Amino acid sequence: MRALERKLFRDFFRLWAQGLAIALVLACGVSIFLMSFGMFLALTDTRDAYYERNRFADVFASLRRAPKSLIPEIEAIEGVYAVEARVSGSAILDLPGKVESAVGQLISLPVSGPPALNVPLLRSGRPPDPQAPDEVMVNEPFAEANGYVPGDIFHANLNGSRRPLTITGTALSPEFIYTIGPGDMMPDAEGFGILWMSEPALAAAFDMDGAFNDVTLKLSRDANIEEVIDTLDALLDPYGAQGAYGRDQQVSNAFIDGELRQLQSMAYVLPPVFFGITVFLVNMVIGRIVALERAEIGLMKAIGYSDVEVCLHYLALAGLIAAVGIGAGFALGSWFAHWLAVLYANFFNFPYLIFSVSADAYVIAGGLGAATAAIGAIRAALAAARLPPAVAMAPPAPPNYKQSLFDRLLALARLSQPTIMILRNIVRWPLRAGLTSLGLALAVAVLVASAFFEDALDEMIDAAFYKSNRQDAMLILTDEVRDTALAEVARLPGALQVEGAQYYGAVLRSGHREKRVSVEGRPEAADLVRIVDADGRVIGAPRDGVLLSKRLAGQLEVGPGDPVTIEFLGGRRETHEVPVAGIVTQYLGLAAYMETGTLNRLMRQAPRITVANLTLDPAERDAFHMAVKDIPGLAGTVMLGDTLEAFQDTIEQNITISTIIYVAIAVLITVGVTYNSVRIQLSERARDLASLRILGFTTGEVSYILIGETALLVLFAQPLGWFLGTMLAAAMVAGFESDLYTIPLVLNRDTFTWASCVVLAASAGAALIVGRRLNTLNLIEVMKTRE
Amino acid sequence: MANQTQSPQIVFRTEGVTKVYDTGEVKVFALAGVDLQLYAGELTVLLGPSGSGKSTLLNILGGLDHATEGRVWFKDIELTKMGDRQLTRFRREYVGFIFQFYNLVASLSARENVALVTDIAPNPMTPEQALDIVGLSHRLDHFPAELSGGEQQRVAIARAIAKRPEVLLCDEPTGALDSKTGVQVLEALDRINREFGTTTAVITHAAEIRKMAHRVIRFQDGHINAVEVNETRVAPHEIEW
Repeated sequence: MRALERKLFRDFFRLWAQGLAIALVLACGVSIFLMSFGMFLALTDTRDAYYERNRFADVFASLRRAPKSLIPEIEAIEGVYAVEARVSGSAILDLPGKVESAVGQLISLPVSGPPALNVPLLRSGRPPDPQAPDEVMVNEPFAEANGYVPGDIFHANLNGSRRPLTITGTALSPEFIYTIGPGDMMPDAEGFGILWMSEPALAAAFDMDGAFNDVTLKLSRDANIEEVIDTLDALLDPYGAQGAYGRDQQVSNAFIDGELRQLQSMAYVLPPVFFGITVFLVNMVIGRIVALERAEIGLMKAIGYSDVEVCLHYLALAGLIAAVGIGAGFALGSWFAHWLAVLYANFFNFPYLIFSVSADAYVIAGGLGAATAAIGAIRAALAAARLPPAVAMAPPAPPNYKQSLFDRLLALARLSQPTIMILRNIVRWPLRAGLTSLGLALAVAVLVASAFFEDALDEMIDAAFYKSNRQDAMLILTDEVRDTALAEVARLPGALQVEGAQYYGAVLRSGHREKRVSVEGRPEAADLVRIVDADGRVIGAPRDGVLLSKRLAGQLEVGPGDPVTIEFLGGRRETHEVPVAGIVTQYLGLAAYMETGTLNRLMRQAPRITVANLTLDPAERDAFHMAVKDIPGLAGTVMLGDTLEAFQDTIEQNITISTIIYVAIAVLITVGVTYNSVRIQLSERARDLASLRILGFTTGEVSYILIGETALLVLFAQPLGWFLGTMLAAAMVAGFESDLYTIPLVLNRDTFTWASCVVLAASAGAALIVGRRLNTLNLIEVMKTRE
Repeated sequence: MANQTQSPQIVFRTEGVTKVYDTGEVKVFALAGVDLQLYAGELTVLLGPSGSGKSTLLNILGGLDHATEGRVWFKDIELTKMGDRQLTRFRREYVGFIFQFYNLVASLSARENVALVTDIAPNPMTPEQALDIVGLSHRLDHFPAELSGGEQQRVAIARAIAKRPEVLLCDEPTGALDSKTGVQVLEALDRINREFGTTTAVITHAAEIRKMAHRVIRFQDGHINAVEVNETRVAPHEIEW
């Protein structure tokens, strides 16, 4: 090993604490990038491969009933490559040994063989026999959650008739990577299953012989999807179509898209923060080393080392720090990715695991890490290269302080000399002081943004479950029925209070803007399910128009008083123009509300319901569940308590893990910035501080000067961090906002206090570690040598 | 001087002071049993080649370093029994240091560098007074970078004397200066010694400087080689080296 290389490694080991502090910050950036970008690639690849192999459709439509003779016309639409027409339906399932009913979505399988599109992938057993009337293949998560194997039997209420169904096999489908039951907020594999049944059997059960009520299309590469959808809508219109849609509105695909968007924004937003801090820290440390090694640099050059060698020497030092950071980042990132993969396995059902991070992601993450260190070191390394040897060997000119307005202000303030030293240093190196504060502020911001998330979810739960949806159960009907059915519902065992609601699929239009939503009809004085504004105000469903959620009104660009056109997709498929009665801020979904009487008058029909909400006597829950299993025409039941519990469990688990991760990240940033800042202060001021010790200053007084500046910068960082945290939280709110939900920006004092406490504690700890060195400061050595 | 020989008040007294630097393989005796007394109001010059132990002794006297063996008293206080905290207090109250490199704080002006001391000393003069004594009243608000070497050293002297120390310990105070500027510095030291009766010890390489001292102590290999008393002292401006 050459002497210069020996020096390199010795310097590196001597600087291990500073190097490690930087490396860990870099490791955060590398690992988060690796996780988010790696998982983005993995999830995209997995999904694309799955869609390709199992021929996931491009366009989806459901309708009431259309003859199969219509299929050739659909096939003839320009741009359509393949058509799969099928029968679908839903059923309440009575699972052996379970009190609660489950919900099944039934899908037909053609007699001739596997379907042309959305091909289920057999996981165990066999598909149902085309001739057998009571065989089904179920989705694998449902079977696993309930402990079913081929041969097991359960009962289903198929269009009003209770029938035993035998499981012949299990499968997965690209249509149901993310499986969520009607009215559910979270996937519930135990309570919601996909049931594939042979077409003749299903058609017989749902009275669909020679007909279909669901169609999916695969388009050719050059097809115009909008035109295909328009043509299909026109074709299916007479058959009770509810409007065709593309993959973007297919539930499973939309959820994966949402996850991909989050991963992507995570990869773009968080790592640059860490890379930026790393650049700053490397710049500070290597800059300081070059300043300290001025004489050595002169010597190296005098001996005959070239400028390039000197430059590379200091770049290599940064490179070693980067190597540690990248290595740690790879290890940490692989672990994060694994954790995320396990998390995804709970939500997404893929047949194969391509959940490993690809080599590309490692190469890119490593490259970014190395570039970060190089950018940080380049300025100091070039300065070392440019230093002429004769100049380098002479001591540097002392820093040039001059009287300024600031000094006169200091004089007026009658501060102690140590305080003046602290303030002058900040003013003298404003960029460094500013960046130090910024780095610490980012740590505060990360904590504010993560803590905010928990408060926001609490707020959403409070709004959704405790203020709006106060019912214990929802009975979702397959078809609308007269509201006299509510009397029957009220007779169900345990039913205490009953309330009906109507949900109609509709397209809302204003000018060229349109949105497919469901219009909800409610009694004006609804008590179980209330419309609650963000400020907690209960709003009655309007009699004189439609009440829109803020997001929906924003998308349609309408305000109170503006007209909107509602095209109902069900019933008589009428189009009406109504005024916007008001706007309500809500967190979940895109809602449009009307008073039920007004809605029924508009549709010229007797009062109807599509959903029955009810509160239950807890003592009679089991009896209620037993009774529900035999109700015909029920598409599903939602037990709000169970939904809330599942939602909270999932959130709690994820919040705990993410809080730990965010606190670790903030602590690493804080320690990295504080430790290096104080360490460099010590290096630069060792001589001043030793002078003061000799003059009789105590260790405590000297510590004040050493740590005071950083402490002041930490304090500056707090309000800045709160501000940045608020911005970050607002950006997250905007980034996560979707038609499914809007996260409220809930920031309270506790959040800011918590963030500041963590950062203050971490920086105090880091500063004290350096401060302890003051006790061992060798006064004589420091004074003997000229800086 | 005559007064001092009648009842010489001893300011520093050492008994068999030894300082060993143990590098693991070899033991280096920086001081090998030094017995010494410094008297009140006296200006002593310590002469000797590099490594003869004079700086080590000065550091021990000033409470910057610990002796390996032997005992050191300041008046009737035994320094060798003191811990770091007490030594800090001792330096704060009694000792003024001047070094070859001035060790001014670059971010503080001349006045503020002196104020560093006057802020914490029990009975200081004002920074302006101290700087006036060293002839720098016209440079109060200049920063070190704006001062010449001699001026910087005089600020260091002002800083050392501003607390009215009982002893002034100077390690090569003119070492980094040319002879003309050096003389200004020596004059300042001489004036302080005369006007305030501050016991002063000066380490130097320049043998000529010995002429301004009351006593000259010569060091060699960690021992005191010789002690000379100057019957007639020469004013600093008459010295050249």
